[in-house]
Parts: sequence; C-alpha cells; structure tokens
Amino acid sequence: MARDFTLNKVLIIGSGPIIIGQAAEFDYAGTQACKAITEEGIETILINSNPATIMTDQGIADKVYLEPITEEAIIKILEKEKPEGVLAGFGGQTGLNLAMSLDEKGIFEKYNCKLLGVNKESIHKAEDREAFKELMMNIGEPIPPSTIATSLEECRQFVKEIGYPVIIRPAYTLGGTGGGIANNDEELEHFCKMGIEKSAIGQILIEKSVAGWKEVEYEVIRDSKDNCIIICSMENLDPVGVHTGDSIVVAPTQTLNDSQYQMLRDSSLKIIRHLEIEGGCNVQFALNPDKDEYIVIEVNPRVSRSSALASKAAGYPIAKIAAKIAIGYTLDELKNYVTEGSSACFEPALDYCVVKFPKWPFDKFRTASRKLGTQMKATGEIMAIDRNFESALLKAIDSLEIEGAGLRTPYVSALDDNKLFEKMLRCDDERLFCIAELFRRGLKTVDEIYESTKIDRWFLNKIKGLILMEKALMTEEITADLIREAEMRGFTDEEILHLTGMKREVLQDIRLYHEIYPVYKIVDTCAGEFEAKTPYYYQSFGGENESHRSPNEKILVVGSGPIRIGQGIEFDYCCVQGVWALKELGYESIIINNNPETVSTDFDTSDKLYFEPLHIDDVMNVIKQERPEGVILQFGGQTSLNLASKLAERSIRILGTQNKYIDLAEDREKFSDLLDLLDIATPKGCAVRTETEAFEAVERLGYYPLMVRPSFVIGGRAMQVVYSDDELRKYLKEAVKMSHEHPVLIDKYVEGKEIEVDAIADGENVLIPGIMEHVERTGVHSGDSCTVYPPYTLPQEVMDELVANTKRIAKALHIVGLVNIQYAWDGNKVYVIEVNPRASRTVPILSKVTKVPMVKIAVAVMTGSKLADMEWGTGLYKKQDYYAVKIPVFSDAKLTDVDVAVGPEMKSTGEVLGIDRNLDMAVYKGFLGAGNRIPTEGGVFVALRDHDKTSESAEIIKAYANLGFKIYASPNTGNYLKTQDIDLEILEYPMVKEEIGQAIQILINPPKAINLIGEDTFPIRRAAIERGFPVLTCMDTARIFTKAIKLKQDGAEIDVNLL
Amino acid sequence: MKGIIIFEDGTVFKGKGFGYSGTRVGELVFNTAMTGYQKTLTDPSYSEQLITMTYPILGNYGINETDYESDRIHAMGVIANDVCFEPSNWKSVSSIDAWLKEQGVPGVYNVDTREITRKLRNEGNQKCLISNEKISLAEMKTILAKETLRGDQMKYAGTKEIVKWEKEDNKYNVAVLDFGVKRSILNELFNRGCNLTIYPYATKARIILAEKPDGIFLTNGPGDPAEATEAVKIIEKLITNSNYGPNQMPIFGICMGHQLIALAQGGSTYKLKYGHRGCNHGVFDKNNGRSSITSQNHGYAVKAESIVLKGMEVSHLNLNDGTVEGMQHLSKPVFSVQFHPESNPGPNDTGYLFDKFIDLMEGGRL
Repeated sequence: MARDFTLNKVLIIGSGPIIIGQAAEFDYAGTQACKAITEEGIETILINSNPATIMTDQGIADKVYLEPITEEAIIKILEKEKPEGVLAGFGGQTGLNLAMSLDEKGIFEKYNCKLLGVNKESIHKAEDREAFKELMMNIGEPIPPSTIATSLEECRQFVKEIGYPVIIRPAYTLGGTGGGIANNDEELEHFCKMGIEKSAIGQILIEKSVAGWKEVEYEVIRDSKDNCIIICSMENLDPVGVHTGDSIVVAPTQTLNDSQYQMLRDSSLKIIRHLEIEGGCNVQFALNPDKDEYIVIEVNPRVSRSSALASKAAGYPIAKIAAKIAIGYTLDELKNYVTEGSSACFEPALDYCVVKFPKWPFDKFRTASRKLGTQMKATGEIMAIDRNFESALLKAIDSLEIEGAGLRTPYVSALDDNKLFEKMLRCDDERLFCIAELFRRGLKTVDEIYESTKIDRWFLNKIKGLILMEKALMTEEITADLIREAEMRGFTDEEILHLTGMKREVLQDIRLYHEIYPVYKIVDTCAGEFEAKTPYYYQSFGGENESHRSPNEKILVVGSGPIRIGQGIEFDYCCVQGVWALKELGYESIIINNNPETVSTDFDTSDKLYFEPLHIDDVMNVIKQERPEGVILQFGGQTSLNLASKLAERSIRILGTQNKYIDLAEDREKFSDLLDLLDIATPKGCAVRTETEAFEAVERLGYYPLMVRPSFVIGGRAMQVVYSDDELRKYLKEAVKMSHEHPVLIDKYVEGKEIEVDAIADGENVLIPGIMEHVERTGVHSGDSCTVYPPYTLPQEVMDELVANTKRIAKALHIVGLVNIQYAWDGNKVYVIEVNPRASRTVPILSKVTKVPMVKIAVAVMTGSKLADMEWGTGLYKKQDYYAVKIPVFSDAKLTDVDVAVGPEMKSTGEVLGIDRNLDMAVYKGFLGAGNRIPTEGGVFVALRDHDKTSESAEIIKAYANLGFKIYASPNTGNYLKTQDIDLEILEYPMVKEEIGQAIQILINPPKAINLIGEDTFPIRRAAIERGFPVLTCMDTARIFTKAIKLKQDGAEIDVNLL
Repeated sequence: MKGIIIFEDGTVFKGKGFGYSGTRVGELVFNTAMTGYQKTLTDPSYSEQLITMTYPILGNYGINETDYESDRIHAMGVIANDVCFEPSNWKSVSSIDAWLKEQGVPGVYNVDTREITRKLRNEGNQKCLISNEKISLAEMKTILAKETLRGDQMKYAGTKEIVKWEKEDNKYNVAVLDFGVKRSILNELFNRGCNLTIYPYATKARIILAEKPDGIFLTNGPGDPAEATEAVKIIEKLITNSNYGPNQMPIFGICMGHQLIALAQGGSTYKLKYGHRGCNHGVFDKNNGRSSITSQNHGYAVKAESIVLKGMEVSHLNLNDGTVEGMQHLSKPVFSVQFHPESNPGPNDTGYLFDKFIDLMEGGRL
C-alpha cells in the first residue's frame, strides 16, 4: 500500500491557543505533519488561531488560515478550498473533538472530504468511558472495577466486593472537586457523602484505586496493514495518583523486567489493533509493584504531549510517521529518518536514560495549591539525556531555572524536620527535594520513603546515591576518581566547588590533567547499531566524542527552555526562525535547548542540536566544542538573555546588542538616567533595597498609586499597583525577597493607553514593522491584554512620537537586532515603561500580520547587513489594510484556587489572533478563537471598585443594557450606577453565585485586589469561570466585548481569509 | 576492582570490574535490547561470547528465578556502561553482580559501551579479552594472542543425552535436534501440545525417524553453521523424509536450525560483520504481507542467492539490511526463520510461526 493518490489537497486542523494540558507539543506535531505531507507533493491547508506557532508561519503549510478553530470556520474553508482529506489527529483534543462533531453532522461527507488517520468508531471507543470499558472487557484487558453510586450504601456494597483503596469522583463537577481516595470506612463515608453532595446530579463514580502502582506509558504506532510498533516506553517516577503531565518521567522503563515489559507491550498492541487506530496512540498502564498484574488506565487515540516527549526521547518522529500513515503509507515502506538507511518499521533502542521534569507555574500563582493530583498543573516541561539516571535527573533540575542547585532548594533546606516530612507527604511540586533532604539529614530510609510515597526503590536508591556523593565531596579526600564520578553523575562544576570548597583553578587542573571532560553522544534510535545521519547530541562524561567540529562558519542560538507563563512558545518561534535564517545566510546553525515539546528541538530544525540544560556550564561546553563565530541570545527570552553577562565575562562574542547595553536597558536607574538625557519621559521610579529607602522613594515620586516589582524578572512576577502605605509595607514584607543584590523597583503608575512597539535596529537605522495598541489601560500586563494592530485610537502625533522615540532609544542602546518597547500615553505625554533588548511575545504576531520577517531581518543585521540595503526600508512599515486583535487565553479552569482577574502579573498561557478588515469583526473572531462563550441575552452582574465608578464605566454598562441584557449590580455599585440612569436590580453577593448561569451570563468585576482569597468577589469570579461564563475584570475589556456580542446577535458570519 | 577490555588491534578500554573476578577471551558482540539481560546471558547461543550491553544501566530489576533460558550463563563475560547494585523488582532474588560472581562470569563496567559498539559496527565483531583480576597488561596480551576462537560450539551447547518432555494430553511427538536450545522454544512447543524428544548433537537420522515423530524441530545454537557438518547431513536425510501427504512430518528451524536447513539444501551461509542482536528489528513476512518486530541473535546469515535454486524460497526479509530472515521449501513442509519467534527477551509478535508448525503437523500446507 502506498500513498493515497486521490489526495491533492489536505486540511490540517491545529490546536489553537496554548492552555495547560495542550501546549507547544501540538505546534511540533502539526509542523511535522505539514512538512510530511507537503513533501509528498500534496497541498496543505492549515487552520490555527494561534499566532505564536511555527506551523502558522509562511513556508510550513501551503495556505494558512489564522482563524478561530470553529465549525463555522472549517465549513467555510471546506467550501472554499475543497480539500480531499482532513487531518484532525494533530490538533490535540480541540482538533479531534471538532472533527468528530463535524463528522457526526455529515459535513465531511457533504464536501467529499476524507477524515484521515482517525475513524469515528475508534475515537468513540477510546474516549467514551462506557464504550472503552466495554471494549476492554471484550478483549480481556483489565480495567479497574467501578460502579456508579448515588448512596453511601451502594458504595459500601461495592467496597465489600473489591476492597480498599477506592477512588471517588463526583459526576459533573469541574476540576474534580469533592473527590478523593478512601482507604478505610471512615474515609469512604467522608468522600462519598461529600461527593454526592458536590455532584450536580448527586451521583458519584467509585472505582478501585490503583494509587501507588507504577505508572507506565507506551507510545504505539499502527498502520493500515496492521503493522504495530512501540516507539518508546516511559515510566513515571511518581506512581499512579499524580497526573502524568505533572510527573517526573523516565524513558525507557527502568524497573520492569523483560516479561513485565512485554506483557504491557502485548497489551498496547492488542488495544491499538482493536481500536483500529492508524497513526499514533498512547496507552497508559498501572502496574502492581508486588506482582505481575496491571490495569489499563487510559488510551489517547492521537498524538499527544507524551508522543512529543517520546519522539524527542527516542529520536523517532512520531507525528511525521503518523502523518505519512494517514495518507496511506505503511510502516515498512518508510525509512528511519535518523539513520536514513534502516527501516521506520522498528522499535528504537535507547542507549541513554531520559528524564522529563514538569515546569509548574507556582512562582506566578502563589496562592494556587501546589499539591499534585489528577488535574495537570504544569505549563511546560524539560527533558534531559545522559548515560545514567542520576545525571539525567540533575541535568533536568538544572534545566528548570529554579532557585537552588542540584537536589537542594533553599525553601526545602530551611524546613524543620517535621515540616519536611509533612511536606513530602503532601505530594507537591517539591516532593523530590524533600526526599533528598530527608536522606541528607538521615531522617528516613529508602524503605520508609517507599512506604509513604510508593516511589520505586530504584529511584529512591539513585537519589540516595546522589546524596552520598554530596557527602563524599564534602568529607572525603578529593581524588580524580571522585571528581570523575561526580561529573559523570551530573554534578555541575559549581556544585562540586560548593561542596568541596576547592578553588576553581584546582578543579580545572584536575580535570585537565586527568582528562575529565564532557563529550557528546548522538541520539540515533538504534544504540549505535547503524550510522546516524542526524546531528542530535547530548553531553556525557568520558569516552568518545561523536560531535565533530566542521570547518564551516557557525552560529549558536540559545533556546528559551521550558514553556512557562511569560515565556511561551513565541520564543521557540523566534529561535526556529533564527536558525532557518542563519542557514539561509550560509552559516551552520547550532541550537542548544531543553524543551522536548517544541519545534526548535526537532532534530531536523538546525544543523546541529544540543539537547542540554541552559546552565552556563553546559552552554560553555557547547561553545568550546563548536567554537562558533558568535552566540545569539536575543531569541530565547529572558532565559538566554540572562546568560549575556556570563558569556561576556568569558569573552564570548554575543551577536546583536552587546551585554553592556543589555545591562543598561535592564538596570532601571541607569536606564532612567539615559532617558532623561534623551529627554524621553518615563514614569519616575527608583530601586530600593530597604523599607526606609522605599518610603523615601514614595515621597520623592509624589505618592500613590505606584507600581512595585522586583528587579530582573520575567512576566511581571510579583508586580503590583499599590495605593497606600499599608499596601506597600505588606508588599515589601510578603511578596518579595528584597536584598542588596535584588532591589525592588518603585515606579509612578501612569494611567493611560499602553502601546507596544517591536523594532529591528542595525545600530544606525530602525525598522518598525508595526505598532500594537492595548485595549486595556496600563496596569494590565501586556501578555494579558487584548491588543490591536494597527493602533485604532492613537492620534498621528502620538504615532510620530512613538516612532521617533523608538529610533532614539534603539540608537542610544546600540540595539542590533530586535527590541521591544512598551509605552504609555496618558492623553498628553508619551512615557516609556519598559525596554526589552530581545525578541518579545509580539514578534511572531507582527511578523505574520505585517509579513515582515522580523527574526530573519534581525539575524541579517546581527551578522552585518544593514537595514538600508534591505527591501523592508526603515522607519514605520506600511500599515496593512486589516486589523489583527490578539486575545489572551487563560488556563483558569485548571488551577482552581487562582484568581482570574487580570493585573500587572501575567497569567495567560496562550493567545489567539482575530483578523479582519473590520475591527469589530476582528474582535469577534478573537473572542471566538479564544473559546470564550459570547452570551447574546440574559443578565450582566456588575461590581466595580471605587476608582472604576466613572461615567465612562456607566457608558459601558449602558451598552450592555442597550444590547438587551438585564443589569444586576452589587449594592454599592448599584447605587452608583443608578445615579447614572441605569436600570438595574441589586443583588447581594451571596446571591450572585447561584445566579451565574441562571439569571447572570456575564460578570463585570474589576477586583479591589487580586488573589485576595477572602474577598467577596473572588468566589464569584471562580464560579463564573468554572461554569464557563465570561468574567471581565477590566472595563476596557468589557467595552470591546460588546462588539463581539453585537455581531453575534446580528448573526454575523465570519469570513475566512488567507493572510 | 579495575576492569579491562583489550581488542586484538591493541585497543584498551579501562573501567571497573564487577561480577566474578577473572579473565576471559571470546568474540565480542553487542546487544541492543533494553530489557532481558538475564534471558540473554543464559541463552546458549551466546556460548563463548563476550556481550556488550548497549542499554547503559545493567541490572535494574535484578535476577529472578524464572528468567532462565538454560540452567546457567553461557556468555563468557559482560560489559556495561553502568551497573545497578541495588535492583528493584518484586521478582528479584539477587543482583547482577552477585549472580555473575556465583556463576563465575566476569564483568567490566564504567567503559564507553557506545564507543565499543561503534567500533564493532565499523570493524566487525572480533576476538577480545576482558579481565577484572590482578594480572598485568602484558599477561593479558599473551592470553589474548594464545586463545583462538572456534566455531563448533553447537556440538557441545546442547543436551548430552536424550531428554523427554511429556505431558498426558499432549498430542504431537516432536523430535528436537538440540544445538543449544533456549528453554522458551521448548515451552512454546510443549504448551502447544507437543511432547518433545530432545536429541544430542549428531544423533543419527534413523534413530530419530525410528520414533516416527510428527514433526522435527531444529533449534538455535552458537557457532558457525558451516562447522556443523554432521548435523547438515542428518538434516538432509530428514528433509528427504519430510513430504506432504498422509502422516506428513514437517520440519521447523530457528536461527542455527534455519541456517543448517539452508546448508542441507545445498545453500551457503556467511558471517555478518556485526550480526543482529537485539529486540527491535522489523521483519517482513512475504506470506502475509505484514511486518513484525522480532527478537534477534545471530552472527551468520543465509545467502539468499544460494538457496533460491535449491528448492527453497525466501519467506522473510530483514527490513533494515534486506538479509534473509526466513525461508520455506517449495514442495515440502519445511520452513525456518533466522529470528526468534519464542522471544525471551523481546517482542511476542511472531509466535504464530509455532502455530504454523502445529498446523503442518495437522496436515496443513505452507
């Protein structure tokens, strides 16, 4: 069977905005699918609303629709493009659900379009709880016994049959609230009663719990001839009970013997065969640690986060092969893309150990519960590779960019013995560090920790081994063998110096004389059996170096690490574009990064890929290995930029803006002085190091409101507007760790329009592809605001001033490459709020909407070209004749105890773009793409803070009334709005929660303070989000939301357009 | 304890020693399986070989009482990147280190097994010495030079006397010609209703035929098939006696058995540069048009062109290098595969070949 030659045009459905649980892995999968299909001579059409992705860039798919991923949009595209096939297995749950729904309605049949790679039957069987249960029973695969109960008596009966522990899940509640694991009668009664009460229909699912069993996953591929292979097996360090997305995962499985491994492999193959999936699939198992018994937990009938990880872990491009299978190929007709000689129909043999570590957003969401459970909380992940587990684990920790070193974090180290053990039992994101500390203090044995956590002793022994190594370094006589062993087990130089107290020169001498140096090994899918053609490397200590320095001119691009709030996929976009631009200019492009989800770490993106932590040691090792002409730091966000001073110290050539200017831009005081010199306004501010200094500053700056934040952060972490001395004192005490090295910045808060300018400078000239205007006024983080290209309210003279100031700042900072400047305009003066001498979140958006390839131009100027000699001109680039509206997307539903209100701290995980010639329509498309419910009738509940009680706000509320909404308000707000001639009904707070989804469809509620859990309105905002109703926490957002409502009420049809 | 590996070309790898303290010379090969070291080490086909495990951590799940492919370790020595001295698995009763000590098998670790593997891949499998005892490098070199590798291990690896496996309800009588059989092969046959009579090397065809077996099975085993001249002659006679028709007596060969069928038919075998040893090779089966992942362990292969005019056809091909992975007789119920359908270690995807053998004993046709 070869490829299906009836296919000339194929539609690929993307996954839309990034949310927790559906992230960059689908950009990777989708990009691979597009490439795999395009190279077959098939025209590819892509729909995806996420502008930060590589897949939506020119050159990946033949045609890109940056449109909301809705049924309406897809039908329009089917009408317009008439594709013969649609690929829906590469857009996560979003793409799959949509395709299933369209298929059900007979849409694909109507347009003669084949659903490729997935069939309705198999999706139903895999995803419908009952159908899955039935299938597993029919084919004799074990699943946990379960039953549905409505009374405690039924639960007791069930437990009598199957025994403890059992897991209780209330039906129809969001975020799994009210469920739990019962180990005895008492707990059973507690959870069952609570569950029945919490469930909207008084029903609970009670199931035999396998919490504590080993969690194991297999990635499987099947083709139309029924050939099946396993790409990678993975074992979670965290046993069943912690979501696999929140688990530390190793590949391949470590503690399963061959018979156990084959038992689960056989089961995986049997399941994929019965589901008749053609393509990729993931099967999750729970394996009893005490006997050869397992149950099937779940099947994902499509590519997933796990398959992205497995692809990177094994070097086998699952999405690419799955796409080829979807268009008719069979595995034995395809080649192994890594060796280019052997067959794709094989199972990768790993000769290294891979560790995946999740990256959690708890540094941003300080009020969120850190406890890990069945609901995924991580925003991203990193992967590390080495020839032993210990080193892979330590490398993984180095990649997280968290405080501390190795298995030590300052917080855990400071806990007293009791708290330490308690914290470990709580099973939160720092459990591993607690375990390490318990060993370090000699408080618990491996067996004791096993009993409390069920983490396999194999992992615990390895962790304990690392602690013993720490001890050896601290107490034993230093020998070359000890140093060699420590390096081999993943200790960084910094750690060794710290633990031994030896001098760096001595360590260097030992390493030099005893030849203890890192080498690079290839990830080749076959454990060295065949020659690999792909340059995918990881570092290891000792032995043969397989990376050979070529005579070519090389440039190293430093990646952005794990996806987190404030540093998302957009930086991966920039790195990938950067690498491609370098290749085009004839350089050998080298990338170092550690994020397994992304396109940048695909083995065919750069000329050479180093899968390594972005720690200075690791980056320097790659630099020593490759001796590049220069290093590019401005694409990898703050992660790579933070390396600038360290590389500059080591005399490494940084391409683009030089370190001293990066430093100047980031040092508030020096930068403020520079702006004074340039006579450009900036909110007056200063850095303070003590509380006394802070209150002196308050006086100097002319009192409140003030914006406060720690220095050197990303994504506005711990940033806040304070309105009084008390608030300031509280902030200094609780929110930040102020110190001499880490001052707190206090700025005058300028209320007004916020404007974002991205530019490329070459030292002489500046090109500004476009300017974006924020819908929300200052005070809302730029990442969380709705943003419009081109500006829609700014007068020409303001635009002129923005352009002029950008040119002067770029020149003064000797910017070479990209720069992002945030301005505020208070109606009479333009202020500079912030300058980022690097790529920004808006680079991919502007590149797409203006068609100015910003990263490519940046690379050209960094390598010596001049803007004046390029086709894009200088100054402000011509305005496009359409609007592009960026709407942020939040993962609110996943983090149940986090406030949804927007403010100076960034919270969104992703974004979508709405594009149209008509601004209102672009706004409408944006909200549609973001997946917001747009109510067209019903009620609006309004609760305003005092400084929002203005006639402007009243106008906005009136607009809702005019759209036919009934207005409800809190007593205070109601009284104010009545004075503004608004008809409304007063509703006391306790009443509101119940009415959400009943009388109330929209909540307009700018909070007094964010994340103040005790505040009246916090539970109301949460309730609205959990029930899926819009919560507008800024009046400006409330205003533009009326545009979307109006269009929806008018039954407006969206137009789908190519950019 | 230091550990040393010396190649014939003088290349030396220095690491640490584990297991039994000793010095061994053998053919150094590499195995790419990620699990199954206990089964691999006890597989008699590895007799007199030194095995480099490419999976970098050896011994994770310890040693258990069931994963034996024979009653002892047959490999001469083991090389690993890293060794796990504290295994974890409910079935584990011992560690790899303790087990090797008990079995008298030396090991070397903390060497770059990937470099060794790449060297073998580029230069081919070769004679090597491993040592983890206190002797000088010069002594080691002398020992290495003195020892020669032989290829007739199949003559000694199997049973020394006739052994019977019988169960009351078992329906078929199968004669097993033992060249160093893996226990799982016998289990596969026995569990499919075959009573087994396992014959020592070079048991005469007439003795075997006198028992009127329902089928004949030729096992795996170590060594160069060309050295098994006695067996080739016997197999030739057995094939002559295997015909379709009433009371047909099919012949099924695995690995060494497969190679010997080729030789008996007048074909030839050759030594692969570095063999196939692992659990991940795709093999295409012409009979059903599908491909399966197979368990592999062989250093020799059948020359495709040598058998095509000898009444045989190639039935299975290796997807990576196109080598012969199976063949069948054009007019007789005789078939064989190079890979290991009994798995252990490795995937269980080709167990259907045993069913095929049963079907032939039931009068079916290839």
